[in-house]
Amino acid sequence: MTNVAEKLDARGMNCPLPILKTRKAINQIKRGEILEVTATDPGSVKDMASFCNQTGNRLVASNESGDGFVFLIEKA
Amino acid sequence: MSTATDNIKDTGQLDAWLDKRLDELLPSKLEEIHAQKTPSMSIIATKGTLDWAYPPFILASTAAALGWQVDMFFTFYGLLLLKKDINAEVSPLGNPAMPMKMPFGPTWFRDYEWPMPNLLMAGVPGFEKLATGLMKKTFKNKGVASIDELRSLCLEADVNMIACQMTVDVFGFETSEFIPEVTDYVGATSFMPVARQSDVCLFI
Repeated sequence: MTNVAEKLDARGMNCPLPILKTRKAINQIKRGEILEVTATDPGSVKDMASFCNQTGNRLVASNESGDGFVFLIEKA
Repeated sequence: MSTATDNIKDTGQLDAWLDKRLDELLPSKLEEIHAQKTPSMSIIATKGTLDWAYPPFILASTAAALGWQVDMFFTFYGLLLLKKDINAEVSPLGNPAMPMKMPFGPTWFRDYEWPMPNLLMAGVPGFEKLATGLMKKTFKNKGVASIDELRSLCLEADVNMIACQMTVDVFGFETSEFIPEVTDYVGATSFMPVARQSDVCLFI
């Protein structure tokens, strides 16, 4: 099991809020720690990957569950 | 006598060698410089209605979240977006493509595209209030941030908000009507160097 340092519930939020809240949450954790984001915005799947790609943070996992889309991001 | 010729020959060879080395090194060096540079965006916001308030703040907050340097220049009706209380409304007048859907009621009612000619709607007293209410409700239902929220997120992420001094004078505004975070009150001349340096410059 991955060690999740912080969880962000971005369900019900639409673009660009999930990304903006993710940025804020990442600022709060330390390097190497994992942030778990849950979102329902279908656009967030590609946007989260693009966000990680551009900011250098690592997208450890991107899955769909009953709750929505779940992303695990490791802070760089 | 032969020394001069040798020198010229040497210089020619040196130039050829330099050209070759530059061709080899320059692309990767330029790429490196480009990769290290913080991307930047300048937005010139000129519209003050609710629908047009969204694009500049969405783009600015997103770019800032990606670590970009963002500068916004608010001019003409865009200045209204810097007021302490944003009272932006949406007008159907001149918005021929504005879809009309109801944000409440059963699904069949929500999905119905209202075939109202927007000129007629715009002429109905109180319609702007209604359209504004409907848009705010729709956006809230869909989990879209309010303009206030997006603006706060921009400010938190250090987006520079610059007001056009000329428009402030022309419209008779007082600087006290605007949020204290406004970085500067300047003319177009002062914003040009900022716009010039930015990777992306948008007029909205």
